[in-house]
Amino acid sequence: MSVTYIDAIHQAMAELLAEDPTVFLYGEDIAGTFGGAFKATKGLAAQFPGRVLNAPIAEDAIMGTAIGAALAGMKPIVEMQFADFGTLAQNQLANNAAAHYYRTGVPVNVTLRMPCGGTPGGGPYHSQSVEALFAHYPGVHVLTPATVADAYYMLKQAVQIPDPVVFMEHKFLYRWLKADTWVEQDPLPIGKARIARPGEHASVVAFSAMVPEVLKAADELAATSGYNIEVVDLRSVKPLDTNTILASVARTGRLLVVSEDFPWGGVAAEVIARVASEGLHLLDAPPLRLTSKDTPIPYHPDLWRAHRPSAATITQAVRYLCSL
Amino acid sequence: MQSAALKAYRAMVMARAFDTKLSALYKAGKIFGGVFLGRGHEAIGACEATFLTKGKDVYNPFIREQAGRCAWGSPVLDSARCYFGSREGIMRGRDGNVHWGVPQEGVPAPISHLGAMLSVVAGMLLAKRMQGITDCVGVACIGDGTTSVGATHEACNMIAVEKLPIVIVVTNNQFAYSTPNAQEFACGSLTERGKGYGMTTHECDGTDFLQTLETMRLATENARKGLGPQWVVANTLRMCGHGEHDDATYIPQELKDRFADRDPLAVARRQMLQQGWLTEEEADRIDTECADEVQRSVAQAQREATPDPATEDWSATSWKPSR
Repeated sequence: MSVTYIDAIHQAMAELLAEDPTVFLYGEDIAGTFGGAFKATKGLAAQFPGRVLNAPIAEDAIMGTAIGAALAGMKPIVEMQFADFGTLAQNQLANNAAAHYYRTGVPVNVTLRMPCGGTPGGGPYHSQSVEALFAHYPGVHVLTPATVADAYYMLKQAVQIPDPVVFMEHKFLYRWLKADTWVEQDPLPIGKARIARPGEHASVVAFSAMVPEVLKAADELAATSGYNIEVVDLRSVKPLDTNTILASVARTGRLLVVSEDFPWGGVAAEVIARVASEGLHLLDAPPLRLTSKDTPIPYHPDLWRAHRPSAATITQAVRYLCSL
Repeated sequence: MQSAALKAYRAMVMARAFDTKLSALYKAGKIFGGVFLGRGHEAIGACEATFLTKGKDVYNPFIREQAGRCAWGSPVLDSARCYFGSREGIMRGRDGNVHWGVPQEGVPAPISHLGAMLSVVAGMLLAKRMQGITDCVGVACIGDGTTSVGATHEACNMIAVEKLPIVIVVTNNQFAYSTPNAQEFACGSLTERGKGYGMTTHECDGTDFLQTLETMRLATENARKGLGPQWVVANTLRMCGHGEHDDATYIPQELKDRFADRDPLAVARRQMLQQGWLTEEEADRIDTECADEVQRSVAQAQREATPDPATEDWSATSWKPSR
């Protein structure tokens, strides 16, 4: 019996609804028997009558409504159908929700779930990774779970955080990523990165669906070249656990950051900026980044695979990094 | 109606006194940012908020709603503190001018992005419905320019779909900053927009105090009774610039002349006297009381400490990861 990443998200929401009467779900196509474009909320509308609400196609208003509900004492969990459409909610999230605590002293307890990242055939508007875009604004936390257990625990923790939380669910991981259970003995708190695989020759920092790609690359490198890389799973891009990254770089002396988002001002740029400014002396070679290309995300699976980092390009990048 | 009229009238007088003082302070260089007055809007603001109860209902004032804030029950001291960035103020110098609110009391803090607050008001009312709190309403205020914004359409449609008890007050002051109605929308009247959303619509002359009061009373009562969202178009002219930096030369002189004897405050005083709801002496006393309160509030806000960058808490979130 195995569970998937999306099972963990469904379970977390079911438990949150059961445990806290102020939690409700709001989004497009999530209610009724339909249960959302990816079925993350399937069955919850029947199980929790009146607490799983369909919204018109109006991302700005969905987010604004969630903000208002939070101000009136609720804990809304909003689903964007795709993270790409989350950009339409960004006005409300960034200018209203994120700015609210500093302006007024009142935090806005909204959780914004966004299916992000690429899948074959997804094309330019159903594939984007917008973590950096949201993390840019002060006042938000941006979570990027890469394991089944993290999907479960981090969503549950997200709703307990009184501030706006952007919860990025990678849609490729939804049904591809499996585990025996979502239960973990000692789940990490939000804000801590995880050493997904200890190593010595280079630190490879990744998050979300790039973590399994990097782990695959690590196996390949260990089997073929003897390079033993340390894999750091960020878990959240904001807060960014600079301490764990720097400690890893101190052990290995080399850094590669792998990210599925676009290169300009992306998460990889932020990680490298921090390591360069706080730990340049720890590096034995220039820090490298591997991101998607600086073009819109292509539709054809062959173009798409070439557009984003993969185990093969990660392996190649590590070999280059270790040769420097 | 007399007590509602008195409450609204007093709010108008207070708002005008405060606005007049603000204008002088702006011209003396005492205000950091912009100053936005409500001349011509006072009857609309005061009447829309008069039928609301602080702590129970929701009120979302817009840029020219000082009269509404007064009618809602906010002391002018709160407004003065916000303009001066006082450390004692609700926004503590972190936001200024008209951008203040007390969400715990039912007034969300407005942001500059037009139309954005409509869905926030919707969410507050949706939450109350989910919490089983009935008999409350929300008043959300926008202007003619805001009806062009996408967020407005999204929110109004959603409010109508959910049949939320919200009165949307559209103050048509004929100019969105410098842009006249003809360049802002092509439909015959803004009232048609409300009909398009499936809302009950109302229209009034926003310079006519008693007409505006009756329109707001009816709209608020309808919403409170569960008759769904109400769309009120209140027509006036902005009798000042967009802000005090703006001399409004783009408003044609003949239009200004046409509204010269329609100052809502003068109309209201006349109507109150005609109704026998106020005597000349009482009206004069209200003028004096309001002028004194404005003077006291402004002096206090000016005296108070301003925020200190060295001790400022620069956290943007209430939660922080443990390290």
